[in-house]
Amino acid sequence: MKLDPNKKLDIKELLQDLESYRPRRRGWHWREGRNEKRKIGDFEFHETSEGLKNYIPLPGSRGFNYIDPQPDCVITTEIASGRFEDDIRRMRMAAWHGADHIMVIRTMGQSHIDSLIEGTTQGIGGIAVTRKQCRATRKALDMIEDEVGRPINFHSYISGVAGPDIAVMFAEEGVNGAHQDPQYNVLYRNVNMVRSFVDACEAKKVMAWADILQIDGAHNANATAMKAWKVRPELMVQHAINSIFSRKVGIKPENIALSTVPPTAPPAPRMRIDLPYAVALRDFFSEYKMRAQQNTKYMESDMREATVTHTLDLLISRLTSADIQSTITPDEGRNVPWHYNNIAAISTAKQALNGMDGLREMVKLDREGPLGKEVRELKERAVLFMEEILEVGGYFKAVENGFFIDSGNYPERNGDGIPRQIDGGIGVGMIFERDKDYFAPVSVHYGYNNIPAEFKKASDAIGGDTFEDPSKIVYIDELDEYDNVNTRLKELEKYYDTDVVKPEVEWRADGVVATTIFLPLDERTAEFAAIKCGEKMGLEDVTVVHKQAMHPSEGTIVEIKGKVKFDINVNELVIPEKAPVLSDEEIREDISQKPMFVVAATVGNDEHSVGMKETLDIKHGGIEKYGIKYLYLGTSCPVEKLVDAAIETNADAILASTIITHDDVHTKNMRKIHELCVEKGIRDKVMLVVGGTQVTNEIAVEAGMDAGFGRGTHGNDVASFLVKRRREKQKNEN
Amino acid sequence: MAVKRADDYEVRRKHLAELSDEELKNRFWELAEKIVEPMLELGYKNTTPAIERSVLLRMGFSSLEVKPIVEGVMKKGLMGKGAGNVVWRLSKKLGISVREAGVGLAEGKYWDEVDTLF
Repeated sequence: MKLDPNKKLDIKELLQDLESYRPRRRGWHWREGRNEKRKIGDFEFHETSEGLKNYIPLPGSRGFNYIDPQPDCVITTEIASGRFEDDIRRMRMAAWHGADHIMVIRTMGQSHIDSLIEGTTQGIGGIAVTRKQCRATRKALDMIEDEVGRPINFHSYISGVAGPDIAVMFAEEGVNGAHQDPQYNVLYRNVNMVRSFVDACEAKKVMAWADILQIDGAHNANATAMKAWKVRPELMVQHAINSIFSRKVGIKPENIALSTVPPTAPPAPRMRIDLPYAVALRDFFSEYKMRAQQNTKYMESDMREATVTHTLDLLISRLTSADIQSTITPDEGRNVPWHYNNIAAISTAKQALNGMDGLREMVKLDREGPLGKEVRELKERAVLFMEEILEVGGYFKAVENGFFIDSGNYPERNGDGIPRQIDGGIGVGMIFERDKDYFAPVSVHYGYNNIPAEFKKASDAIGGDTFEDPSKIVYIDELDEYDNVNTRLKELEKYYDTDVVKPEVEWRADGVVATTIFLPLDERTAEFAAIKCGEKMGLEDVTVVHKQAMHPSEGTIVEIKGKVKFDINVNELVIPEKAPVLSDEEIREDISQKPMFVVAATVGNDEHSVGMKETLDIKHGGIEKYGIKYLYLGTSCPVEKLVDAAIETNADAILASTIITHDDVHTKNMRKIHELCVEKGIRDKVMLVVGGTQVTNEIAVEAGMDAGFGRGTHGNDVASFLVKRRREKQKNEN
Repeated sequence: MAVKRADDYEVRRKHLAELSDEELKNRFWELAEKIVEPMLELGYKNTTPAIERSVLLRMGFSSLEVKPIVEGVMKKGLMGKGAGNVVWRLSKKLGISVREAGVGLAEGKYWDEVDTLF
């Protein structure tokens, strides 16, 4: 199966022959070509990696020949719709925008299930992580990585009471990264402490074999603690425990990543708090990798605010370091992330990292001042924390004493930590001492294993295990007759491979749309008025996703979401045909036979010049490249001056740019140009062409122009039109 | 037994004050190693149902098959031998494949034979 950029990924085809699909590789992938300078477009970049084969660049790249520099760090996006068939489409979109680490969130409650689960049941806040879902997703990602030209890391969770089971399944199915941290089980999932660490030994050993990158769970302390910045010493301790534990089990340090989040957000003076913490961590954990996560703790429903916080997170990444830059969608404070907000988050990271390329070559952290002092203090507090763990009798005793998730700035303690008992929690009493003749006939195993003397290695006893002979893997398709992907595809048949479409944000045809409404009302009244607006617009299940007062009485902005009741048939749409463009050769030939001269300007009180220059300049592929000569009168040019210049130079055409649309000034300008030309008697002779971001051909023709060009127009579109129009005019004259 | 305590950092830190940054870092990692030693030891000596299931998965059994096998092994008090070991020894004793032995156990067969394996 190969992907065609112009065709949707066929889920039904993807699901075929899954039972025999094998992932093409194992292990984590870092981006290629880091630490080398690279010329991209007009610039030299210092912190990028190899570019992509297929991509969608940032909107602002229009001014820079549509370059899409890929930062040096891996970029993560987290997907949690609960339906893997919809997740996969989003993964493809994310890959085109620059994500190469796709993290799939697990359905609620999976960590308490003492077994692998199977099939494609629908999840809540994530998918059920099963062999079928992993295999189908990996298969899709194998195709997507071919399409974009860069390996993509697939990631999920090895935690809960089935950690070793999941680790084995991930190793078999080519999953490349995973969260694994026994402390997470203990503190947040109330899994018995001993069970959690014993299980983790086997899980980590398997991860080491499969070259799976590990991310720890310390960032959860940020999200749980009331004052996230106070738990910084504890976070360093949690990172240290999982890192050294994993290393002792056998994971190589370059596959051990710290999940670290700058703990605060504005309006806190976050740089003074979060930067020293970032520096202290990178000092102590210099042998390990940094997975820089973005702040969620202080996110509200305002996407603009979230984006600023996340951009500051990225500043910290660039001022210190990040091997993996994770992203949080700006809508996470509202709902489970929507398709396009994953893309928004990836774009925020890409944009900020591009913009800060090489920052550290010019800006150095000053450790002589308050930064150095604060860094040292954090480190000492972390050391003191560990000293006391040992004083009270070790980790388990410390947990029993509520050392962890205490909101005090250690050694300060607030008495609000999460205590767990060594003989409590899920899975207690499920630890069995291995006898002298204990034997596990597998190729990868942690701890005591009494391999019978007749075998060179343990798995020889069974003629090789699944790691050595993947044909031994037993694949289970579905266990639930109703709750599975086939049922869902059937229910939505109308929207697969047909011309019927419905808006969506998460699942195919979920019908959800969002609308922004400003109301000159106080916040409370505005909220209910906005719901009424949504209902009158024909939406169902209208809810407010964001509101913010602009003033206590003058006005409130409200964003609502709701569901549309209708479908659209794309066959019934009236889409004006795009004018076919002449070939470069044909345009050039025509101009060389008969020269053309145009006058051009941005009209009215409008200082925008980029679009017009790109349409004219040879450098940007403008009309000049075809031999068309022009006189450019600049910006804010009065319409009269432009028309007079056309008369004086005996121009064939007038090119007017108009960007500002306030009070319809753009269409008024068009009419004025037309009327002036009529008045001065040149309208029959001169071609009138207008361009601008809000211009369409329909609007322009309606306002008396010969043609109008909007966003995405290139020089060849305009030149082609001018040539064709001139031919038509000549024909009419003859 | 959660404790409330005011910030006594200045008092506690006295013995660290003279350490260089490098010495402090070394101390940090020495302490971390000491903390995890007992957990590594526990992992070395013990097994759990999840570990045994993971062994059986790798021996070529499905998630549906490994659960009843491990539960049966626990009932027989043989977790200390290893569930994979039970299946392997059974296959040898009966002269059948490892796969047949395990599937049989998952279906409730051969458990009487298991008593004679150790």
